[in-house]
Amino acid sequence: MSKRIGMEIALAAAEAVALCRPDVIAAYPITPNTHIPEHLSDIVAEGRLDAEFICVESEHSAMSACAGASGTGARAFTATSSQGLLYMDEVLGIVSSMRLPVVMAIGNRAISGPINIWNDHSDIMTMRDLGWLSLFAANGQEAVDMMIQSFKIAEDAAVQLPINVNLDGFQLTHMVEALFLPDQKEVDRFLPRRKPYAALHPDHPVTMGALGMPDIFTEATKARDQALVDSRKVILKVWKEWEKQFGRRYEPIEAYKTKGADVVMMTMGSMGETAEIAVDELRKDGVPVGLLKLKLWRPFPFEEMKKAVRGVKTLIVTDRCCSLGGPGGPLAAEVRSALYAEAARPVIENALIGLGGRDVTVDDFKQMFRQAGKSKGIYEFYGVRG
Amino acid sequence: MSTAKPISIVENFEIYAPKLVDKEEFFCSGHRACQGCGEALAIRLMCKALGKDTVIANATGCMEVIATPYPATAWTLPWIHVAFPCAAAVGAGVEAGLKVLRRKGVNPDRYIKTVTIGGDGGTVDIGLQALSGAMERGHDMLYVCFDNEAYMNTGIQRSSATPFGASTTTAPAGKASIGNKTWKKNVPEIMVAHNIPYVATASPSYPIDFMNKVKKARSIQGPTYIHCLSVCPTGWRAKSEECIKLGRLALETGVFPLYEVENGVYRLTVEMPDPLRPVTDYIKTQGRFRHLTPDEIRDIQGRVDLEYRKLMNKVEHSLSWTE
Repeated sequence: MSKRIGMEIALAAAEAVALCRPDVIAAYPITPNTHIPEHLSDIVAEGRLDAEFICVESEHSAMSACAGASGTGARAFTATSSQGLLYMDEVLGIVSSMRLPVVMAIGNRAISGPINIWNDHSDIMTMRDLGWLSLFAANGQEAVDMMIQSFKIAEDAAVQLPINVNLDGFQLTHMVEALFLPDQKEVDRFLPRRKPYAALHPDHPVTMGALGMPDIFTEATKARDQALVDSRKVILKVWKEWEKQFGRRYEPIEAYKTKGADVVMMTMGSMGETAEIAVDELRKDGVPVGLLKLKLWRPFPFEEMKKAVRGVKTLIVTDRCCSLGGPGGPLAAEVRSALYAEAARPVIENALIGLGGRDVTVDDFKQMFRQAGKSKGIYEFYGVRG
Repeated sequence: MSTAKPISIVENFEIYAPKLVDKEEFFCSGHRACQGCGEALAIRLMCKALGKDTVIANATGCMEVIATPYPATAWTLPWIHVAFPCAAAVGAGVEAGLKVLRRKGVNPDRYIKTVTIGGDGGTVDIGLQALSGAMERGHDMLYVCFDNEAYMNTGIQRSSATPFGASTTTAPAGKASIGNKTWKKNVPEIMVAHNIPYVATASPSYPIDFMNKVKKARSIQGPTYIHCLSVCPTGWRAKSEECIKLGRLALETGVFPLYEVENGVYRLTVEMPDPLRPVTDYIKTQGRFRHLTPDEIRDIQGRVDLEYRKLMNKVEHSLSWTE
């Protein structure tokens, strides 16, 4: 039976990964994800998990070792943050192209420069187009649940793609929360052993990672895109299964008090819970506001997005990242393109907030709600000095 | 001190070959390597020495390009290619995966060797960190560097394995330049410094020696390294039919002696002529060296002599760290 415990979220996420019985873990230290692999190495050292733990010499090698291990049919896991993710970048698209269901936890952190170890989403946004499935956790419970769901989604015969679970650095990774940790029997029932489509073994030799010439590259790209688009069905199926077994519901976009709301805020990750309090307080004062929390970043839930904003007059999309010299935040750009062809769509404002660990308080959210409709330009840096 | 006398049976290759060389091909003909490619030949021989129960991890480079244009493949061994700098890390992951899947009873209870291969660029430059990491961690993996002394796949750019004085497309010879201005990085020695149980140099011009080294490395459970000089007629501006001859001249001039280092003990594996042939014999038929003046060749000769003396000093005085 699941039991309710108080635990640092990174450690709980590591416990969740261990419950999935990974075969190979390869990781390199970088703040703030480090507690996840550290705790996994503890679990291996204690003999609670039979896995090969490789202390690689870089993140590039972490992802490469995961690719090699996953190629043999092993269940492979890694975790990283920020510069570590960027250092892996070269390998990330190759892993998805080879359809290797590697699972990665990302303790989200700003990318340099200036160097900054605190949270925003600029790291994950650099890899959004590389063919990985991408989930965002809003709290510790979601982090634990998504870790376990990820293996099942990634390894599904119809998916066979890598997946990352995003946990806001410090705001989630280093917080102690009360959460339910499933037990081994429950996870074993939910998650069977991986059945690879192909595996490196002399009994059934296979060439993995062949050269794709111009006559096949477009087809290979289309096939990968289609696999990502189609993975949505599997994600929804796995989430239904999860709800049935564990009683906790997951949706690509979770709506919070959006009924009758004129102004709706949209968040990804841990800020959702702060924004909920702002919504509660404003609603108490009679201001009709609501909140959308995005949990599924890739594949982007276009259909759910259209439904979620029906009747909304103003949508404030928050982004913890700036696409420098571009359209503002990456989430807002996606939302705009999802809604562009809709006959009736809300006015979309884009607030760039919480960059490099800047606190965003309940009052900040209330202030953003109050300023709705007054934004100049297609995006603005909320609360910026000078 | 090693007393075993080096043996060279290459002279009797035609007699020995049918008995010593596996007829089964694991790296098949039909691939797109240039005529006279020393690397493709070396890989074919390596595979014969390794046998079926092997998984290959390959760095980006000529061999990945010429052997696996989708949907064709020259490989009948299980093979994986990920990227340029990370072959050793991919191999490490393969080794870890095979080990744990066997232990857990998912794979048959049989030993499978992981072998990682890369060119000089993918090994001694961009791949050196991953190689060092994999060797230091002690993965049960053979790494073979096929050194053709420049980035041949991208068009003969200089690497840190390019010899002094060679003209390459990024270190060209000209009025103000001799070509490549640095001496070849000694990566076998860097591998020896990792205290791994087996390091060797090899060449497909001495096929039995090479295959024996591959077999020995395969039999050792732990990290092993073979540095194989792979003549590239295209990049060396040499005649394709001189591939084997150039490999032998590299040995006979002392430019690339064949030796092995087992648990710290150095041993020559192919007899060296005494005295060594002059380096001019080796470089005169290679277009990459044709701009060199007699003075410059004298400098190269001096350095080759020095490196050879350093090696012989180790052959005579090295101590085993297992005894």
